[in-house]
Amino acid sequence: MTFTDLNLGLATPEIFLAIASLVLLVIGVSLGDKRMRLVAWASVLALVVAIFLTASDSNSGLAFQGLFVADGFARFAKILSFGAAAVAIVMSLDYAERENMARFELPLLMLLASLGMGLMISANDLISLYVGLELQSLALYVVAAIRRDTVKSTEAGLKYFVLGALSSGMLLYGSSLIYGFTGSTNFSILASALTGDAGLGLIVGIVFLCAGLAFKVSAVPFHMWTPDVYEGAPTPITAFFAAAPKMAAIALFTRVLVGPFGDMVGQWQQIIIFISVASMILGAVAAIYQKNIKRLMAYSSIGNVGYALVGLASGTQEGVSGLLTYMAIYIVMTIGSFAVILAMRRKGEAVEEIGDLAGLSRSQPALAYALAIFMFSMAGIPPFAGFFGKLFVFMAAIQAGLNVTAVIGVLASVVSAFYYIRIIKVMFFDQPTESFDRVAPTLRLVLAVTAIVITFGFLAASPFVDMTADAASVLFVE
Amino acid sequence: MSASMPILSLTTFLPLVGAALILILRGEDKAVARNARYIALWTSLIVFAISLVIWFEFDRSIVGFQFEEKADWLPALDINYHMGIDGISMTFVLLSTLLTPICILASWEAIEKRVKEYMIAFLGLETLMVGTFCALDFITFYIFFEGVLIPMYLIIGIWGGPRRVYASIKFFLFTLAGSVLMLLAILAMYSIAGTADIPTLMAYGFDTGIQKWLWLALFASFAVKVPMWPVHTWLPDAHVEAPTAGSVILAGVLLKMGAYGFLRFSIPMLPEASAYFTPLVYGLSIVAVIYTSLVALAQEDMKKLIAYSSVAHMGFVTAGIFSMTQQGLEGALFQMLSHGIVSGALFLCVGVIYDRLHTREIARYGGLVHRMPKYAVVFMIFTMASVGLPGTSGFIGEFLVMVGVFQDNTWVALLIATGVILGAAYMLWLYRRIIFGELVKEDLKTMLDLSLREKIVFAPLLVLVFWMGIYPISFTSIFGPTVTDFIQDYAPRMEAQAAPAAAAPAEATQ
Repeated sequence: MTFTDLNLGLATPEIFLAIASLVLLVIGVSLGDKRMRLVAWASVLALVVAIFLTASDSNSGLAFQGLFVADGFARFAKILSFGAAAVAIVMSLDYAERENMARFELPLLMLLASLGMGLMISANDLISLYVGLELQSLALYVVAAIRRDTVKSTEAGLKYFVLGALSSGMLLYGSSLIYGFTGSTNFSILASALTGDAGLGLIVGIVFLCAGLAFKVSAVPFHMWTPDVYEGAPTPITAFFAAAPKMAAIALFTRVLVGPFGDMVGQWQQIIIFISVASMILGAVAAIYQKNIKRLMAYSSIGNVGYALVGLASGTQEGVSGLLTYMAIYIVMTIGSFAVILAMRRKGEAVEEIGDLAGLSRSQPALAYALAIFMFSMAGIPPFAGFFGKLFVFMAAIQAGLNVTAVIGVLASVVSAFYYIRIIKVMFFDQPTESFDRVAPTLRLVLAVTAIVITFGFLAASPFVDMTADAASVLFVE
Repeated sequence: MSASMPILSLTTFLPLVGAALILILRGEDKAVARNARYIALWTSLIVFAISLVIWFEFDRSIVGFQFEEKADWLPALDINYHMGIDGISMTFVLLSTLLTPICILASWEAIEKRVKEYMIAFLGLETLMVGTFCALDFITFYIFFEGVLIPMYLIIGIWGGPRRVYASIKFFLFTLAGSVLMLLAILAMYSIAGTADIPTLMAYGFDTGIQKWLWLALFASFAVKVPMWPVHTWLPDAHVEAPTAGSVILAGVLLKMGAYGFLRFSIPMLPEASAYFTPLVYGLSIVAVIYTSLVALAQEDMKKLIAYSSVAHMGFVTAGIFSMTQQGLEGALFQMLSHGIVSGALFLCVGVIYDRLHTREIARYGGLVHRMPKYAVVFMIFTMASVGLPGTSGFIGEFLVMVGVFQDNTWVALLIATGVILGAAYMLWLYRRIIFGELVKEDLKTMLDLSLREKIVFAPLLVLVFWMGIYPISFTSIFGPTVTDFIQDYAPRMEAQAAPAAAAPAEATQ
């Protein structure tokens, strides 16, 4: 084996991110926390370059002797994850400075997590899957607890770590069972070896693997950490958690199930249907009584993952394409919503109660309209983009014959519409309270872009749908 | 026929241009409010003028779709932007464009706060209403149909009465729950037929087994929208709390969307299932007519009374549609138009005195004829039209429906006919309690009669009520040929479905 056999060129974005984060680490250590802004913008730049590298290289193939795969699916998911991470870093800047958490480690850890995401998305082996996942998770545990002087943040970090370690254990256990029953960890070999009928041992392995991954995407019944971590972590970190890692984990979930276990749809479909239905219902019902908007967003993200998984549950190319569409739209809505939550500051203090939004449409109409757009979109009301996400996943579900899942799903979406429109009610129908502080320019830019994308996205539906269809098709090539 | 100009898209989207203009208004609050009012009024008047072109250019001898427009949207999935109108939808487009300027004029003084947003919401609503009736692609239709929830939710919730929050959320969730099931039916039809094009789907012919499920899913949406008993409970709340103009649009146009859905989707796409479920629709229509009329009799609140009367009148419409006879269908369409104008006008009548006294409680009024004779006349005409007095639009609609239903099922005709008597009872009693009697209450003695603005608001509606009542052929000639064709296309398939069911008990008795 020679060096060129490794095909390193396919992993250029990841290699670039790895080098960039190491260089920035050195810069950060030597310049100290005062130059956090510099490190942060450099990290954003690194992610933008990584996006560019990902987008410009249309070669597909295996690298690192089959451990790493580059294909259209990976490119799509990576661009979204890196993009979401870059926006999250931009949004964290202002907050970090005001809340005394302006450490240079913050953007760096997010950069490292993005590297992990890239590896997860491109994993073509159970080992590289685990390495990527852990690189991402370890970085996330630390950023959750970045405000180590507050109880809430440390609690969030600890909780995330303990439960995350447990889920990693389950995932490893599942992987070892799969290895034990098939004799390989490589996805390509697994795909050709497994043909439909599997033994009980392998099924147990897949169940454990699914459990571990369900934890990472915060699907019911492995969702318990989500509300606490979302509430405890600093808001920009929550925004980061809700977008980029979700995309990466869902992409990984999809690749594992559709790739090596693609012929076993009958076996894993029931698991995915269950966790998807359970997530949709819990996400809808549990959010109703939340008063803290970050907790509400946590339950909302659980529900949204449930809808995305409907696409996976259908196990078809249309389903995966719908899932990608859904996640892309979800990420934009989530980032937008969190931009509004970040703007919720009164007299220099961050506020997080839904009641604090009262009368926002009078005091800060732009903010209120933006959040109203995101909430209507999340509730799935056309013409906002969120409707199309739901449309495509349910279209795939109906085509795959999952009628009951689809009926439960849409009814859950009606229940969840209640709390989304309740937020609009608070902003538009209630009497105004004190106005929020002036919104940081970076947040305004993020808000404007996301709101425009969500409102007018339907005009670009056709090219986008073609894109997701292309990305999904690579997983279904025999 | 002017094929060159995309007149339907123009009618649909021009209000959004007005809304965008209002959106960029800046400056002093009072000036902004005044400019917003004028921009909204002029925009809606221009839209109405354009839609009059449709009235004149519409070829009444043609059955099938006219003014068709098509643009690629999601060509890979065969989901496209496709607009077009036929005899069934044409009148509703005009109803929407007529009622919008009237509503804007009616809220001229009644809406004092957040005028800018109010006018944007109304113009947005107009786009969505017109789009709903013009769309010939099922997904496009759904987008317009469902999008209506957003402005209506805000209109009820921001400018509504004391219990506006409850009413707006109830309205939103009831309608959404119905529509999402319809969305699944749309997706199921799409996945079977491979297209979302409405004319294609109307001719497709779905398997009878699956039709029943699809029909029920569509019914969930349309029944809520019509509204049919027992899912009508959102309507009185929404009507009572909505501002006057909101009630007018709600009763005038939004309720018609449900009945339009039956005509455009349920019967043509699922004729066998429609025949199978006709007894259900008849049953619910009878309950709606009799029960809600009785409920209306017991109301203390004017708006609630008219809201319940809407449910009863829409019961006539659903019964007429499912009778599948020429008279029944024409009557249903006529009744929808008539109800759109009459109930809209009645809500405006309530609005007139509400603006003066700020209460809708019937007992607070009495003897208004002494102070407001002009108002009394206007109110009386619309009351009579609602009751169905010959010479007014209400008579033609109710009469045709009863003739049509009588041909199909005598008992149903007999039972819904009681609605006419009950309707006369509650409307006349309402009129007596508000207008006649001694003028004893002190605060009523200073009430002013109709202002010029209010007269302008009522004038077109009065003209229409008499025009439709005296010379109905100008309207029936629009939808008559389409209805004939409609029955020829779908009635045989419905009868084929109904026949075995009727034959089965006959065999059993032998």
